Amino acid sequence: MGALDRKLLRDLLGMWTQAIAISLVVAAGVATLILAVGAYRSLDETRAAYYERHRFAHVFATATRAPRGLMERILELPGVSSAEGRITKNALLDIKGFEKPATGLVISLPAKGVPVLNRLYVRAGRLPQPDETTAVAVNEDFAGAHGFHVGSRFQALLGGRKRTLTIVGIALSPEFIYSVGPGDFVPDDSRFGILWMGKKAVEASYDLENAFNSVSLLLRRDASEDEVIRRLDLLLERYGGRGAYGRDDQFSHAFLDGELTQLSAMARVLPPIFMVVTAFLINMILTRLIALEREQIGLLKALGYWPLTIALHYVKLVMVIAVIGVAIGFGLGTWLGDLLTRLYGTFFHFPFLVFQRSIDVYVISAAVALASAAVGAARAVWSAMKLPPAVAMQPPAPTVYRRLWAGGAILLRHVSQLTIMVFRHLVRWPWRAVTTTIGISLSVAVLITSLFAVGSINFMLDFTFFQSDRQDASITFANESPLRVVQDVERLPGVMVVEPFRSVSTKMRWAHNERRVSIVGRPAGTDLRSLSNVPVQAEQRRGGTDLSQLINAKMEPVTLPETGLVITEKLAQLLGVRRGDLVEVEFLESSRRTVGVPVTEIFQSFFGLAAFMNINALNDLLDEGRVVSGVHIAIDERFEPVLYDLIKNTPALTAIALQKVSLVKFRETMAQNITFMTGVYSVLGIIIAFGVAYNSARIQLSERARELASLRVLGFTRGEVARILNIELAVVTLAAIPIGWVLGAGFAWTMIQSFESELYRVPFIIERATYAQSALIVIGAVVLSALIVRRRVNRLDLIEVLKTRE
Amino acid sequence: MIEAEAREEVFKAEGLTKVYRTGDVEVHALRGVDLTLYAGELSVFLGPSGSGKSTLLNILGGLDGASAGRVEFHGQKLTDFDERSLTLYRREHVGFVFQFYNLISSLTARENVSLVTEIAKDPMPPEYALELVGLKERMNHFPAQLSGGEQQRVAIARAIAKRPEVLLCDEPTGALDSKIGIIVLEALTSVNEELGTTTAIITHNVAIREIAHRVFYFADGRIASSNVNATRVAPHEVTW
Repeated sequence: MGALDRKLLRDLLGMWTQAIAISLVVAAGVATLILAVGAYRSLDETRAAYYERHRFAHVFATATRAPRGLMERILELPGVSSAEGRITKNALLDIKGFEKPATGLVISLPAKGVPVLNRLYVRAGRLPQPDETTAVAVNEDFAGAHGFHVGSRFQALLGGRKRTLTIVGIALSPEFIYSVGPGDFVPDDSRFGILWMGKKAVEASYDLENAFNSVSLLLRRDASEDEVIRRLDLLLERYGGRGAYGRDDQFSHAFLDGELTQLSAMARVLPPIFMVVTAFLINMILTRLIALEREQIGLLKALGYWPLTIALHYVKLVMVIAVIGVAIGFGLGTWLGDLLTRLYGTFFHFPFLVFQRSIDVYVISAAVALASAAVGAARAVWSAMKLPPAVAMQPPAPTVYRRLWAGGAILLRHVSQLTIMVFRHLVRWPWRAVTTTIGISLSVAVLITSLFAVGSINFMLDFTFFQSDRQDASITFANESPLRVVQDVERLPGVMVVEPFRSVSTKMRWAHNERRVSIVGRPAGTDLRSLSNVPVQAEQRRGGTDLSQLINAKMEPVTLPETGLVITEKLAQLLGVRRGDLVEVEFLESSRRTVGVPVTEIFQSFFGLAAFMNINALNDLLDEGRVVSGVHIAIDERFEPVLYDLIKNTPALTAIALQKVSLVKFRETMAQNITFMTGVYSVLGIIIAFGVAYNSARIQLSERARELASLRVLGFTRGEVARILNIELAVVTLAAIPIGWVLGAGFAWTMIQSFESELYRVPFIIERATYAQSALIVIGAVVLSALIVRRRVNRLDLIEVLKTRE
Repeated sequence: MIEAEAREEVFKAEGLTKVYRTGDVEVHALRGVDLTLYAGELSVFLGPSGSGKSTLLNILGGLDGASAGRVEFHGQKLTDFDERSLTLYRREHVGFVFQFYNLISSLTARENVSLVTEIAKDPMPPEYALELVGLKERMNHFPAQLSGGEQQRVAIARAIAKRPEVLLCDEPTGALDSKIGIIVLEALTSVNEELGTTTAIITHNVAIREIAHRVFYFADGRIASSNVNATRVAPHEVTW
């Protein structure tokens, strides 16, 4: 080993704490890239494998009732490689020991018993035989939520009759990787389950012998999805077809896509920040190191070493630090990626997980990290190369300070000399102060970018459950029912307020644009409110007494006009319509009419595609009289058990959503996910803050050791001397925090733009707590680094300093 | 010459020993030194490098501890002081002057002196201290704007501004030429005479011994001999 290499190792050992701090920043950058890309690819690969192995369909459609013979014509459609018809219906469930009514989606299995498309992964037991009438396979998470196993029983209202079903199998389906019950906003596996049953039992229950009401298609590679959808719609039109749609609009697939988009955004935004900080830290530390070693550099040159050799020596130093960081980052990123993938596995119902570890991610992250380190080192190394030997071996010219302004002398009298020292140092080396400030502000920014989502999600939940949809439950009827049913519901025990709604599937067209969207009819005012005298549960409702109201993104209520459509901004954007435009509305159910309806209002909403009308106006368009699809209700808690019991035994009802209950469950599930991500990102933010603050303080200590030791000799205590470093750190940190807030808000906004999908738009909300949290975490990291440096201050060699020249 | 009857002991060292250990290597810097310094006395410590002069000065100044023996400062056992007590001792009683001045580069001359007066119990105004060393007109200059001699005089002003009982100077003229060195020595002697500060000066320069009340010769970690100067010479009469 050459002498220079030995020097390198000893230098590294001498600055090992600083080197580790920088390595950790490198590791954090590498780890976030591997984590995000790794988790993304794992999920993507898992999904692709799942879809492929279980023949997840490309196109889906529902109808009221289509004859089985139609399947042959569907199979003949150009581009269709496989098709399967089935019956799908909602049913209310009554589970022993579970007070609340649950909803099940009943899906018929084919005559052969095993689906051709959307094949099931059977985790336990078997699938029901075609002629078994009470056997059922349920989805795994529903079974898990109730502790079901093969042989367990529960009751279900199938086609108006209550039956006891026996579980013969527990399965998963690619259609329901993410499943949310009808009328619900968030998943709750205890109250929504998928039930696969034999063909005969389902046909008989719903009077759909030799018929189907749902079809799935698998397309050939070269097929045009749009063309297949168009032709399928034509075929199903006379059978009450409600508009076919592709995978992109399939709820589970769309939701998972959104999640993958977020991961991808994370991979784009966070790692570059770490790499920038790495470059900055390397630059800071190497510049100072070379300045301290200038005499040695001069000596080496005088002895005949090539400048390039000397430069390479310092580059090697930097590369060793970076390589250590890359190694740590590989391990950390891989482990965290696996952990995150597993965490996603609890959220999304996959039967297996594929852990994707592509070599290219590792290579790219290592290359970027090393390049960042090299960029950081470039300037300092260049200056070392250029330094003439004679100049290098002389002590540098003394630093010239200036008094800021003569008038300041009056002010300065009231300030201690130690404080004056701090501020003169800051003013004399402004670039150092600025770069340290930027470094620390980036750590604040990373924390804001990572933590803001909690606030946004809380806001969306609050918005949904406490502002716009404030009902305790939403009940869907088996069929459209006359308005008078509202009064029947009002009379149920515990029902305090009832609000009807009508939901109709439509295709909306404007010029060349078309979207499939449901129009929801709501009462314009409170004319259908409950006449009950029981006071509303005030803590659950704010403002007006309407249960379900339209609120725009500015939290203002949107009044439903007497006629005309009120649509979300996203829908308006996709159709290309403006207020006053007349859109063509093709009703895909009921009367199946096509009418022109004016757009009377466009409002900003967090939920992508939605359209609303006055319920009476909607009914008038459909020309079916006063009819409702379901009701929203407010419930008196005291009567819940009685009410639930009644609901479970009411044949006219097919689904019930208990929004508040779902919210509690959702928050629990979210909490786990959020805790993990918050923990990981907080650590990353701390690593940056600590890396920057610690290195800055250590370098200051090295440069000013003589000065600080002199102060100790003069009688200043350790604390007073440490204060000089601490005040400077404090000034820089306090300046960095608001800058970091702004930067973090900018990064967060950038990430939010990539989250937007047709399903939802994440609001850009950064809670005050997030700002406070980020500031506190960074301050904590800076304080920690100050305390560690303080130990070195305490160990300053006072005697050595007396003998050394400046 | 300080009269025997008026002698108040400021420092009393008995059997003072200091051993430095670096791995297996032991360096015996002091080997049982006995020494008494009196109030108002100006002493010069002479001897070659490694003879123990600086080590003794460091122990007297509370910068270092002894391996064995004792040192008393006005009857208080310095060798028993903890770190905090030593800091207070230096703060309140000791002024230091170093070979390379050790001024704070980001503070002006006056501010360097204020640095010490701010933490002293009964300091003199910084301007007065600078006036004593003849630098009143330069008090708003930074160290980089001062010559070596001026910087050393600022260091002396800083050392005396707190009105210390003791002034310890380690090679105060070591980085200066003779002309400037004499100016510095004049400042030291005038401080010693006017303020009555017990002063100890380490030097390699044998000529400087003539300004002292007593001279101690160090060799091999011991005080080989000591002299009392019957007559002292003014700094401007010293040549080297």
